[in-house]
Amino acid sequence: MSSAATTAPSVDKVDGFSRKSVRKARQKRAQSSSQFRSQDKPIELVQLPLLKDVSAQEQPELFLKKLQQCCTLFDFMETLSDLKMKEYKRSTLNELVDYVTLSRGYLTEQTYPEVVKMVSCNIFRTLPPSDSNEFDPEEDEPMLEASWPHLQLVYEFFIRFLESQEFQPSVAKKYIDQKFVLQLLELFDSEDPRERDCLKTVLHRIYGKFLGLRAFIRKQINNIFLCFVFETEHFNGVAELLEILGSIINGFALPLKAEHKQFLVKVLLPLHTVRSLSLFHAQLAYCIVQFLEKDPTLTEPVIRGLLKFWPKTCSQKEVMFLGELEEILDVIEPTQFVKIQELLFKQISRCVSSPHFQVAERALYYWNNEYIMSLIEENSSVILPIMFASLYRISKEHWNPAISALIYNVLKAFMEMNSALFDELAANYKSDRQRERKKDKEREDLWRKLEELELRRGVQNNRNDIEGE
Amino acid sequence: MAGAEGDDSLYPIAVLIDELRNEDVQLRLNSIKKLSTIALALGVERTRTELLPFLTDTIYDEDEVLLALAEQLGSFTVLVGGPEFVHCLLPPLESLATVEETVVRDKAVESLRKISQEHSPVDLEVHFVPLVKRLASGDWFTSRTSACGLFGVCYPRVSIMTHTFESTLITAVMHFRTLCSDDTPMVRRAASSKLGEFAKVLELDYVKSDIIPLFTALASDEQDSVRLLAVEAGVSIAALLPQEDLEDLVMPTLRQAAEDKSWRVRYMVADKFSELQKAVGPEITKNDLVPAFQNLLKDCEAEVRTAAANKVKVFCESLPEDSRETIIMTHILPCVKELVSDTNQHVKSALASVIMGLSTILGKDNTVEHLLPLFLVQLKDEYPEVRLNIISNLDCVNEVIGIRQLSQSLLPAIVELAEDAKWRVRLAIIEYMPLLAGQLGVEFFDEKLNSLCMAWLIDHVYAIREAATCNLMKLVEKFGAEWAQNTIVPKVLGMANDSNYLHRMTTLFCINALSEVCGQEITTKHMLPVVLKMSTDQVANVRFNVARCLQKIGPVLDSSALQAEVKPVLEKLATDQDMDVKYFALEAISGMYLFNLPTYIFSETFSFSSILFFFFSFSLSP
Repeated sequence: MSSAATTAPSVDKVDGFSRKSVRKARQKRAQSSSQFRSQDKPIELVQLPLLKDVSAQEQPELFLKKLQQCCTLFDFMETLSDLKMKEYKRSTLNELVDYVTLSRGYLTEQTYPEVVKMVSCNIFRTLPPSDSNEFDPEEDEPMLEASWPHLQLVYEFFIRFLESQEFQPSVAKKYIDQKFVLQLLELFDSEDPRERDCLKTVLHRIYGKFLGLRAFIRKQINNIFLCFVFETEHFNGVAELLEILGSIINGFALPLKAEHKQFLVKVLLPLHTVRSLSLFHAQLAYCIVQFLEKDPTLTEPVIRGLLKFWPKTCSQKEVMFLGELEEILDVIEPTQFVKIQELLFKQISRCVSSPHFQVAERALYYWNNEYIMSLIEENSSVILPIMFASLYRISKEHWNPAISALIYNVLKAFMEMNSALFDELAANYKSDRQRERKKDKEREDLWRKLEELELRRGVQNNRNDIEGE
Repeated sequence: MAGAEGDDSLYPIAVLIDELRNEDVQLRLNSIKKLSTIALALGVERTRTELLPFLTDTIYDEDEVLLALAEQLGSFTVLVGGPEFVHCLLPPLESLATVEETVVRDKAVESLRKISQEHSPVDLEVHFVPLVKRLASGDWFTSRTSACGLFGVCYPRVSIMTHTFESTLITAVMHFRTLCSDDTPMVRRAASSKLGEFAKVLELDYVKSDIIPLFTALASDEQDSVRLLAVEAGVSIAALLPQEDLEDLVMPTLRQAAEDKSWRVRYMVADKFSELQKAVGPEITKNDLVPAFQNLLKDCEAEVRTAAANKVKVFCESLPEDSRETIIMTHILPCVKELVSDTNQHVKSALASVIMGLSTILGKDNTVEHLLPLFLVQLKDEYPEVRLNIISNLDCVNEVIGIRQLSQSLLPAIVELAEDAKWRVRLAIIEYMPLLAGQLGVEFFDEKLNSLCMAWLIDHVYAIREAATCNLMKLVEKFGAEWAQNTIVPKVLGMANDSNYLHRMTTLFCINALSEVCGQEITTKHMLPVVLKMSTDQVANVRFNVARCLQKIGPVLDSSALQAEVKPVLEKLATDQDMDVKYFALEAISGMYLFNLPTYIFSETFSFSSILFFFFSFSLSP
């Protein structure tokens, strides 16, 4: 119950002395479930014979009866109630799992609604409130679903059912409809990673088998992501959904539809802005690269998007961005590279001179990548002037000796690449600096004059107002 | 405009626009923040013809720049030439209202709402209404979301005189209806949250015929995030409708919301309960809200119970007077009794913060019989916040039954809280000491609480020591100088010999606080010698606080003591090796000539030294 494991009280957060590690130590194993309102009466289920003990003709009916029995829900927050019946349901579910895996000819048309009903009864529920407002998935233990002993078997049963050779989507689509899928998608917010894993398989199978639901599923995932990015910043299943999308994108036909391009630019790219990026960055980067491998002309908008959302204060995120950018550069076509090289290397030159050594280091590692090196070499006349000032300055100033050493190597590489340009830039370094400083001063002057003007104008306007009256 | 020539040629728009285009985001941001300066330099006409079109075209910038722009444009009316031209601002704001980033969009909508007020009714109809319609039928969800926030502001002011009024309104309702059934939940959420506002500007007939169906639909949306926003709309709508229509039009939906399967919706109902109560009136409250409230107090989710517990007092207060007591005693109190021993600390804490308020509603007898046992249970709760919330609200009970009743059971709880590990809890208790002291009387205080008050003086947290010092002053105000001389002054002065310099300084701070209330005799005879002796302390912080203390107590001393005893010491301190000691000694010397003035002149040095003090106490405390 959430009460047992609530986090430090709000007073603590204000005074700044709460330490996550301390909080964690106090936390008990968190389990929760929002499925139940208190039940008064104990639950009684009539024990049915095993399926294998009855004749083949009787099996379908018994199967239906067992499905109906499994619609009964138990309160797992009460660890001691209905123990016998909980065990009975568990063994029945186990039997059902085996039955759909091994039997043939059990799937009659009337089975479908019963199966879907049983699954819906068990899995669709309002997720319980999160343990703390600021659940940090990297630090905090996830809250586990209390009814997992049953839930797990229901998921397993459903997956076997969907994968069964006799399964006919044309019949099932009456029951597995948009509403069903929508509820399924909402469950991806579950804090329990085991449940999200099952859901991932379920959704993947449904996407594969129900062609009519595909566009709907994609649209709803869009909505979940947009809400996550722009409204709540809270959704536990982003990584899982991206994983499914990774395989969906893989199957897109060429040329890409406008809908898919919009998804890339308006949904996937903004996902980079979310605070908890680290939890799904690998899957996100995979999706992005999948898109670019499908259609290289998307490279420019993608890189522009990344530059727009480039982290300004969070160094950890910056390192992730640099990692993703390298993945993109690994597959970039030289013609595309030329289009964005200026913007790109302006950012890289800022990263290289970052005072955070991990950021600088990650950016400087690009020079160890042979393909990127070849691109830089081909375009050294453009890139070198952009990079030079930062590199030159940092080579003398950076506090971290490892970075200085890396910078030295990069400068050396540039020198070997285009020594004439390098010498020229080195010779002009000082005068360029001076010119920049002069420009800054001119800007200041401009603003100062403007402010004076504003003051004078203000006075003048006042006078005009008076005269006007 | 008289000033529109001459100067402007010095600052060609190209230069300014160059600044707005600068590669460095920070510089662009700076320029945007000075946009009004630029506009002023350009004059109203060029602002309209050159600057605004430029801004409208450049809306692809960083969100931070866009946010600043959206904000600026909200107060640009004067700069484009006044209300007559305010519609020039619509195109850039319209683009900003379609941006993805929520904060930018919200700011653009805020600015649009602001400048809508500056439009004339005709301009509103010619320029603003079409904009709202365009946004409402935009392709991407962002523009439709923004549109939701604009219906409420533009229609009430469209001139009723114009013959198109009726049709304008009908299309508005039509557009809003489309937004309420939008296929993206983001837009439905926005519509749901603005439905109440829109309803308020419509005539009652429209509310009944058009808004109610929208409300009902949103309140049964498949997404709980939409349903929960409809709750608030429901409250606004209920407030608009006449009593006889409530039962048919909104109550079924609201009842359903109170039992929604999603705890978020139920939470929202609990959170809005007092507004709801006010909106539906006493009859419905008695028949419907009381059972609903009971259910919320017993909800299976702690979040919902917490929200409901927070409302217990307000709900009971606003019950119709004729049946208030019966309802509380038979329906609410049993639930409250259960909540007192809830498993969740937030629920108990929420209850503790309001439960004391019930005593004024129920009167003395009921309080003693029914509430007191509950207070006592909560006073012994395992969580300090619960106990603290009870203590912080003692005054309401005090008014009803007097504090003697509570004191026996109160005391152990107070002692325990006085030593709580959280300093904020200790601080809150200290703040109640003067109140308790006044009510319990001097004997009781000396016996039970005095030692606590003295213990706080050597707390390891500065804020506690400071509060304890202030507490002593208030106690002396209550009990008088004689009491002070006998009980606290000896103890305070004893600390001057403590080995910890922080405690020695506490002596000085206490003297600062006490000298005035204790009067000249005690100050001169007992306190001054101790202060003077401390001027040779080996810690510089103590010495400069001696200087400050002498300055502070100067006005209380007579002039012979000042001349004979204080002045030489200050003069010696003024030659101290330590810079700060010297500084404060000189301050004090120059202050001596002003002792007759009652105003406190050195407030600046005070804050400076408290910063210093903070620094030292943090770096040295264990």
